[in-house]
Amino acid sequence: MGLTLLDIDRLCCGYGKRAILGDISFALGAGELLALIGPNGVGKTTLFKTILGLMPRLSGAIRLNGEEIARWPRRRFARQVGYVPQAHTPPFPFLVRDVAAMGRVARHGLFGKPGKADMDAAHAALDDLGIGALAAVRYTEISGGERQLVLIARALAQAPRLLIMDEPTSSLDYGNQLKTLAHVRRLAARQNLGILLTTHHPDHALLHATRTLTLDRHGRAALGAPAEVITEDYLSQTYGIASEIHVIRRRDGREARLCVPEAG
Amino acid sequence: MSVPAASTPVETQAPARRFRRGAAASSSPWRLAALLSCLCALFILSFAVGRYPVAPLTALSVLAAQILPLTPHWEGNVDIVVLGIRLPRILAALLVGAALSVSGAAYQGLFRNPLVSPGILGVSAGAGFGAALAILLGFGMMGIQLSAFLGGMLAVGTTWAIGASIARRGDPALPMLLAGVIVGTLFTAFISLVKFAADPDDTLPSITFWLMGSLASLHFGELAAAAALILPGAALLIALGWTLNVLCFGDEEARALGLATGRIRLLVIVCATLITAAAVAISGIIGLVGLVAPHLARMLAGPDHRALLPVSALIGGGFLLAVDDLARSLFAVEIPLGIVTAIIGAPFFLYLLRRGQKWD
Repeated sequence: MGLTLLDIDRLCCGYGKRAILGDISFALGAGELLALIGPNGVGKTTLFKTILGLMPRLSGAIRLNGEEIARWPRRRFARQVGYVPQAHTPPFPFLVRDVAAMGRVARHGLFGKPGKADMDAAHAALDDLGIGALAAVRYTEISGGERQLVLIARALAQAPRLLIMDEPTSSLDYGNQLKTLAHVRRLAARQNLGILLTTHHPDHALLHATRTLTLDRHGRAALGAPAEVITEDYLSQTYGIASEIHVIRRRDGREARLCVPEAG
Repeated sequence: MSVPAASTPVETQAPARRFRRGAAASSSPWRLAALLSCLCALFILSFAVGRYPVAPLTALSVLAAQILPLTPHWEGNVDIVVLGIRLPRILAALLVGAALSVSGAAYQGLFRNPLVSPGILGVSAGAGFGAALAILLGFGMMGIQLSAFLGGMLAVGTTWAIGASIARRGDPALPMLLAGVIVGTLFTAFISLVKFAADPDDTLPSITFWLMGSLASLHFGELAAAAALILPGAALLIALGWTLNVLCFGDEEARALGLATGRIRLLVIVCATLITAAAVAISGIIGLVGLVAPHLARMLAGPDHRALLPVSALIGGGFLLAVDDLARSLFAVEIPLGIVTAIIGAPFFLYLLRRGQKWD
């Protein structure tokens, strides 16, 4: 793990006085991909929104590069942290390149607009994800998977140190899921980005994550290497599905872990 | 971005499909040029509309004589008709139409809802109540306009207070719209109450006529006062164009992208309310323009608010000017502008919206 980027210390989050997640602590380093897995409704989105400052925390500390972010203005935060939400359709047909350029809004003022450098960054981010050809197409007319990629490009155009992704693969087909995850992992390595993402597939975490944070039904967290925390016990107790985790040997000789649910 | 291209680029789609969709037209200079020429022609022709005959070229000469040393070859009455009566009315139509359309376009973006009109937060109902009350109390023209303006501001202030108090979590746009509908209904009831109390032979018809909208008998002073609010307010909204684009993706995404959305929303609502209240104060209630002009502008200039807001202003101003020309020339008795706007506007806009779908 490289330099610590994000430091979550005894964070408690929830709505009003009702705590949904209590006492979460973890640190995320540059170049690391931390996967968060857990059942529906346990508070993954709440945790993300709290870290992003979109809802007030109940207690605890959130530090970026060692500095508490509670009083940071939104612009300062957005220059450090990019957020990839789940794709949805806006009511108006903006062009893909404009959507990607919106990632630059923290870099020019309220009355500003993207300049040439901003548009270049947007195009570079689109090219980087292999969707440069969609730049002049309407965002409302592309597929859900393409929209998800555009939102990743928008977050990359922010030039952040940390990327927070809410189920980035949920609307992608099988091939694009794996390609996107592989790409995200490469980004983490090449740009020394820290990446925090949620996924519903244990295999995604087993294959790509450097570390994994699991949440069980009661919101209790466990942190460790994917193979340590994604266990047969965790899966059966959390999801009520018996699964086997097998270590297989690939043709190139490397080992991989796969989760195989019980048939029938 | 310093990362080299991905070694396995994410596959998206077959080239054939991309070709079919093609690239969206991001700007259309010739359409804009056509719009501007139509607007100029309409401006000049509008001087010829009315009982007293004035040739368009003569009107142009009268206007030019204000800045150029021209020898008048026209009767003295023409000066009065062109400069004293028709010019303020033409400018008022352009100004009011532009104001309603700019605030309508800004609200549609802010609330991420293409069905929103400038009166959605209650400004029209509030202004109507202010005007009705002033007429009931026997105020003069200035008093009525001032009261209408303050009524509009009061209604939107109430909406903001209610909306902010019921917005707990989630998207704050919805509580604000809901509060606007409630406050609008409340102030409409207040209007009815004032009408109920009004003298049916004297003040009641005045209130009714005011509510139906008119640009007749406006003077330069009133026009200048309204313009002093509308022009800077519209300029500020246009300057916020790119920020409005980002707001279209919702409150949470806009905040995550680095915008202080609470303050921005307040700024947009204050600007839009100021310009709508100022417009309604001099014109009465005119519907439809602020709802539909932004849609036509979107067909012409795309959804980017940097272009959308100024083009909405041009379309809205031009439309209201054309309708006002008809209102004062169709029949011997002048029909209230609000009525003509709706009756002519509804089929016209429907036709254009259908055509627009074919353009895409």
